[in-house]
Amino acid sequence: MAETIFRKAKSFYDVYERKAGANKDVTHYCPGCGHGILHKLIAEAMDDFDLKEHTVLISPVGCSVFAYYYFDCGNIQAAHGRAPAVATGVKRTNPDSVVISYQGDGDLAGIGGNEILQAANRGERISVFFVNNAIYGMTGGQMAPTTLLGMRTTTSPHGRSIGNEGYPLHMCELISTLEAPVYVERVSLTDAKHIMQARRAVRKALKAQMEGKGFTFVEALSACPTNWKVPTREANRWIVEMMEPVFPIKVFKDEIETREVVPREKKTYTPHEIVETLDLPTGDETVSFVRPPNALKDPEIKVAGFGGQGVLLLGLALAQAGMRAGYHVTWLPSYGPEMRGGTANCHVRIAEGRIGSPLVHESDVLIAFNGPSLDKFASLVKPGGLILYDSSLIDRTIERTDVKALGLPFTELADKELGNGRASNFVAMGAFIVASRGVFDEHVVKSILPLVIKRKNLIELNERAVAAGMRIAREALGS
Amino acid sequence: MAKQFIKGNEAVVKGAILAGCQAYYGYPITPASEIAEAAAYYLPLLGRTFLQAESEIGAINMVYGAASAGIRVMTASSSPGISLKQEGISYAAGAELSCVVVDITRGGPGLGNIAPEQSDYNQMVKGGGHGNYKLIVLAPNCAQEMCDLTMHAFDLADRYRTPVVVMADGFVGQMMEPVEFPAPVVDLPPKPWATAGTPETYKNLITSIDLEPDDLERHINHLYAKYAEIEANEVRYEEYMVDDADLVCIGFGVVSRILQSGIERVRAEGKKVGLLRPITLWPFPEKRLARLADEGKKLLVMEMNKGMMVDDVRLAVQHRVPVGFYGRVGGNVPSGREVYDQIMLHLEAV
Repeated sequence: MAETIFRKAKSFYDVYERKAGANKDVTHYCPGCGHGILHKLIAEAMDDFDLKEHTVLISPVGCSVFAYYYFDCGNIQAAHGRAPAVATGVKRTNPDSVVISYQGDGDLAGIGGNEILQAANRGERISVFFVNNAIYGMTGGQMAPTTLLGMRTTTSPHGRSIGNEGYPLHMCELISTLEAPVYVERVSLTDAKHIMQARRAVRKALKAQMEGKGFTFVEALSACPTNWKVPTREANRWIVEMMEPVFPIKVFKDEIETREVVPREKKTYTPHEIVETLDLPTGDETVSFVRPPNALKDPEIKVAGFGGQGVLLLGLALAQAGMRAGYHVTWLPSYGPEMRGGTANCHVRIAEGRIGSPLVHESDVLIAFNGPSLDKFASLVKPGGLILYDSSLIDRTIERTDVKALGLPFTELADKELGNGRASNFVAMGAFIVASRGVFDEHVVKSILPLVIKRKNLIELNERAVAAGMRIAREALGS
Repeated sequence: MAKQFIKGNEAVVKGAILAGCQAYYGYPITPASEIAEAAAYYLPLLGRTFLQAESEIGAINMVYGAASAGIRVMTASSSPGISLKQEGISYAAGAELSCVVVDITRGGPGLGNIAPEQSDYNQMVKGGGHGNYKLIVLAPNCAQEMCDLTMHAFDLADRYRTPVVVMADGFVGQMMEPVEFPAPVVDLPPKPWATAGTPETYKNLITSIDLEPDDLERHINHLYAKYAEIEANEVRYEEYMVDDADLVCIGFGVVSRILQSGIERVRAEGKKVGLLRPITLWPFPEKRLARLADEGKKLLVMEMNKGMMVDDVRLAVQHRVPVGFYGRVGGNVPSGREVYDQIMLHLEAV
């Protein structure tokens, strides 16, 4: 006759060295507590599936905060309620590891309600073991989200009421409504028959994870005689009579067999592939350009107009051209609700030396594409500065006599001559090249067009826009 | 390698990937969203992980998990989002986890606005979470440093097993400048302490709990011994025309750039003014500041907050020299004119 040997699972430590105090061979759980039973079921499954060296168990906050005292596997202790998020980070890092999120009712259904729902909904390939004893244990018997109606706890001393605390939360019921989870079952840690049922559920969940099936969730109704203030020998009856009618024991969802496993590809990338993927420049891309001695020096530029007029893009192009021509450059956009509200402006600095402030309060150059922008920024142009504005959209004259103001029909020209009004910004670019006396030239601009114009068929159009802008600026300036 | 014209926020992501960052967990918020967006674009192309978390809290705890599992991992947010992450940051500091948190700061308190403020100084430098811990806080002031300091942050995080913060105001995040990217880092330090779900690591434990007061005290003392080492080795700052200066201006982030412009202007008038820019907000360049005080230099601190770093400057110089302060808040950025006026005002007060 075979001999039956009763011994501790190998996935438990022999001696609980991490446990404080003298008694390192017993757990910290109270007599009659269900945690010990569930721990044992998990550890035995880890033994049988040879998992302990590949398992990472996340301990929550609550009575099982010290689960790492006992489980001889990788252990992480997480913040209250956050174990499913932590488990997500662990599992996604090492998809071949087996990740267990072990949680109580306050942790999982209260403070961590969002983390568990979202991890379940993403279908994280983890196993969650949820101990529901309808009360906070570690903090000493306060109300839990799963506390029963009428049940007295230290924070529901008059009994949980529908009016004040509302109904108990049913987590299996909630989670099983989601599409992603593959397996959701509620078990009960009462008598041998039910514990065997729980054993099967634990093993099924871990097995499904090993097969890469998806999110598995096992809720275990568990006794807390200490905080229920129920004698230990009556605690199981309390589960059966009080909890099970509210939290029915059953399989809520089981799609393990039918769920397809998505294969994972593991590829390593060479440094060259990384550089390529990041779109990093590999060659020297400056173009030969010599700054004419009388060109505008270190211009601080503001470009402003309506959103959609290519204001930010023109600013980008100015800065990129400056960079190609060998200058130091900065570009700073207006951002946020202002951007969404329809107006846009940006600050561009092009300088021979290192640039201090990227902000342009008082500009040397203002390029304005609408009336409000001109009104707002014209007074902030430095004396002796330059204002370029779109005379096809702005019907006014510049009052200031201490600046050079040049109104040119950017939009009209783009529309009539180039057949696309949206090229008005690069018409302005051409005008800037001339009016700035060649901070950079059209060849520099041509070299950066492919960087700033995403649609290749528009590059040539914008090149022509630059040329047209230069032409009308020369005509206007008589140069 | 040639330079690329790029937004500070995007330079963070490219720098992180070059540094070997394997995963990004985050939640969208202005003005930091370009970081999440660039991470979402590039990381999957390289077989790495991007996940938009359900919340800032979820994101930092995913970082906690991934850091526990032993990879280089990051998250990014902006001020109100960082407030939410503080719990997780405290846990990561306690559990000695290497991770990088990028904060593109905006206006507060509360929802404030999305314009640039530097009022996260206290919550990052002084520890916005509970408990005895410190965070290394790096303060870039240009797009190049957004890349370089992000890469440096990963090195520091690994070297000292601690969360490292890269904190930049909204302008530094939104600004585009030329950046020269270095080659990808190939050899990363091993992390034998991680819980990687492997036979080599299964005995490991990642935790921040020490039930016995003596144990927790020992752990905190261990953390502070590490912090002392960081203070001794990792202080970074930049100086500009400090040697002969009568007045030294102190500012970080975009303010340091505005100060530089202001200093150039007053220097042109023959006034002796310099700039000290802390790059590490913690560890703070307090020894250098004490020496400046020894030399009798007056100090002027400028920040986009109501006066936070100025407390650290005053502590460093022990009130031996006058420490002036000028701050703008609400998302207003000091103009060149304001900076000029403040410098002149504090120079004259000699």
